[in-house]
Amino acid sequence: MPQALQDTFPRLLLNQAKVRPDRPAIREKDLGIWQTWTWAQALEEVRSLACGLAAQGFKRGDRLAVVGDNRPRLYWAMMAAQSLGGVPVPLYQDAVAAEMAFVLQDADIGFAVAEDQEQVDKLLENLTQCPKLGRIYFDDPRGLRHYAQGELMSLDALQALGRDFAGRNPEFFAAEVEKGRAADVAVILYTSGTTGNPKGVAQTHAALIETARVLVAFDGFTEKDEVLCYLPMAWVGDFLYSYAQSLVAGFRLNCPESPETVMTDLREIGPTYYFGPPRVYENILTQVMIRIEDASWPKRWMFRYFMALAKRVGMSIMEGKPGVSLKDRLLYALGGLLVYGPLKNVLGLSRIRVAYTGGEAIGPDLFDFYRSIGVNLKQLYGMTETCVTVSMHASGEVKLETVGRPMPGVEVRIADSGEVLVRSPGVMREYHKRPDATREAIDAEGFFHTGDAGFFDAEGHLKIIDRAKDVGRLADGALFAPKYIENKLKFFPYIKEAVCFGDVRDKVCAFVNIDMAAVGNWAERRNIAYSGYADLASQPAVCDLIRECVEKVNRDLAAYSALGESQIRRFLILHKELDADDGELTRTRKVRRGHIADKYVVLVDALYSGKSSCFIETQMRFEDGRIGTVSADLPILEAQRYAAPEARKAA
Amino acid sequence: MSEISERGKIGAPLLQVEDISLAFGGVVALQGVSFDVREHEVRAIIGPNGAGKSSMLNVINGVYHPQRGTVAFKGRRRRRVDPHEAARQGIARTFQNIALFRGMSVLDNLMTGRNLKMRCNVLQQALYLGPARREELEHREKVEAVIDFLEIQHIRKTPVGRLPYGLQKRVELGRALAAEPELLLLDEPMAGMNLEEKQDMSRFILDVNDQMGTTIVLIEHDMSVVMDLSDRVVVLDYGRKIADGTPDEVRGNKAVIDAYLGVAH
Repeated sequence: MPQALQDTFPRLLLNQAKVRPDRPAIREKDLGIWQTWTWAQALEEVRSLACGLAAQGFKRGDRLAVVGDNRPRLYWAMMAAQSLGGVPVPLYQDAVAAEMAFVLQDADIGFAVAEDQEQVDKLLENLTQCPKLGRIYFDDPRGLRHYAQGELMSLDALQALGRDFAGRNPEFFAAEVEKGRAADVAVILYTSGTTGNPKGVAQTHAALIETARVLVAFDGFTEKDEVLCYLPMAWVGDFLYSYAQSLVAGFRLNCPESPETVMTDLREIGPTYYFGPPRVYENILTQVMIRIEDASWPKRWMFRYFMALAKRVGMSIMEGKPGVSLKDRLLYALGGLLVYGPLKNVLGLSRIRVAYTGGEAIGPDLFDFYRSIGVNLKQLYGMTETCVTVSMHASGEVKLETVGRPMPGVEVRIADSGEVLVRSPGVMREYHKRPDATREAIDAEGFFHTGDAGFFDAEGHLKIIDRAKDVGRLADGALFAPKYIENKLKFFPYIKEAVCFGDVRDKVCAFVNIDMAAVGNWAERRNIAYSGYADLASQPAVCDLIRECVEKVNRDLAAYSALGESQIRRFLILHKELDADDGELTRTRKVRRGHIADKYVVLVDALYSGKSSCFIETQMRFEDGRIGTVSADLPILEAQRYAAPEARKAA
Repeated sequence: MSEISERGKIGAPLLQVEDISLAFGGVVALQGVSFDVREHEVRAIIGPNGAGKSSMLNVINGVYHPQRGTVAFKGRRRRRVDPHEAARQGIARTFQNIALFRGMSVLDNLMTGRNLKMRCNVLQQALYLGPARREELEHREKVEAVIDFLEIQHIRKTPVGRLPYGLQKRVELGRALAAEPELLLLDEPMAGMNLEEKQDMSRFILDVNDQMGTTIVLIEHDMSVVMDLSDRVVVLDYGRKIADGTPDEVRGNKAVIDAYLGVAH
């Protein structure tokens, strides 16, 4: 079939059902057994759902809400809506009823497919506020027997209607698919939106399919690949990585038995392709560490020995870099048999070819752990509005610090403000019903304004440093990205919080909070006596420890010409822990930089005035609500500044 | 809405307890207790500590043999019955103190609930011969349906001893359900649970009653749970029945209030 005809998702499905009718398309674990549907069977399911919807009055341009955990029938329902020229709108399954109301109204939802009683209840709660919502279909009938609402119908009943309808109108489905156009909106995905109401991102078939093709070519996916669908269906990642890519490449989707069984299902399926935000990788690692602590001592010893070896040579071996001795190679192979192999097997990562992470910064230890045991973990960068896929690490070109080079077909431009601008086939058509927001986000040249600040390093890799609105400038105009520097500091176990200052000042200075547990443990091992937090923080040895951390950050910053000027010159260790009760942190533990600068104005002035110490008295709120004061004479510490590596070589 | 339909389907008496008296030496546990349990009903037995509630359950499923009185199940009147006979007739139960095989997985524990329905002999089962294989698959399917029903897929292969208390209680309910009972006896299914676990358990009990049509006799101390779940309530005090009726009738009963609040006898 010529490529040109495969330009909508329903046409891709027809093609897969023709090219590989008997290959498994989707699996779901039910009653303890993996149930399989082939591409041909999947097409039949979609056809009966589509015809059922049509029989119920679903018309071109109508929108179908889909809400629930990843289940085959929910994916098919999305496809059914697209087949009829409608638009699926997946909703977050953990949203409460009130949160759903906005999206249901904004997207003019008339038809909805819900997974189970829980989701049905939430939709029913919204009936009065969303008068258009007239039909609700459910997958799992459990607990719904006594529901008498006329809006309700099971998907089984809907499919029976559909088969009946298709029997009377055999040409209907094919004709409807034929009417679809690549430029039609394929899906509306609502962005979570940290401020204000969520915005519906309308993506066309063309944008999604084009992007999926680029991704499939990038990592060479084939029909043999395998994916576990465990991320929310309402999230662009699941739509693109599960739904769109499987339709392009013909690989299998696997739906977990329940959200609680994901780890077991992962092990049983052994996916070859995996995507997760950093916290998923972190949870897996934590589980490993807990179980290793409980293991017998020979196992613990083996784990430690071979993990140390992997840390030293594992990544070089995976990337095929020279300079690894034969002895180390042999030992690493032995480690593969004894530790890395079994470990990957337990984690369900034995067959993994490519794993991606994105969404937020991943810690270096975490990243290196997976790569050193041979899991090809890579980073990517993107957002719903650009079909993710702005830039990705290519295999063999992985640099933790960056998010890789721009993908083929994607133009990335850095605005004067430092903001990353993107133009690509994957950029959304519009925000649903929000022409004002669309105009704000996409400029006249078609570049999407990401709101993130970044720059390209010497090798052309994109580096994201912060939200653009948080990025400032030093007095001499150099870039100052406080959160980026603070995160770098916080990656050290000894540093719990950090606050950087520098916007429109001549240099960067910082407050540091030590991590009481880590530094306390460190001090005890060195027989350093201390009485409490303030005392520990003021120990000269601790000051030196933190200075080393700060200087390491400075050395890293020096490596990038754009950030070299924002090295930390002077810093101090705060005498009390920053606390949400004192208004210094938000409840989600983000530092409130402005508030802290006002509260500790004396300290900030001292940092910038050249004093070598500063006396401070602060009120603090104890856990029982009483207010007391702490005072201290804080030493102000200087950190060494590094020149850029090129400059050093020249000198 | 659901209440009307549930009441509507309650049928003829399934279990009739008549004039039961039970004593251990000089200690009188039950004295002339009579009540009935109708098909598809949720029947609660309540009463202060030592009122004879657990003894009553033990009489129903044959652990204790009363000195006087009869128990009729499905119309068959009997004086003496052994627990395994009661189980074979379709009576399953859970215990106040969890009685599971702690070293075995959840799945295996539930499979033991199918024990009475297994027809193959040890040799056939050990060799996994034709009929044994078929039977095993059949039982496994039934057990998987229970696992799905109770939403315990994630702990299918976990040894029971490693599970938190609330989940162990749920597994015990699962084992009773695996026997596909007609009458389910639950001895304090919610004792020691936190609020969330109680809500979950209440939902499962109602679902069992509603979807599987199982008749349930339940001992429980948490009054709000009893009043919400049960169709009718029997109140025991010092081995005697002092009240019997719907939750509302019992709540207003003077004898019950006295028994609970304590009045000089």
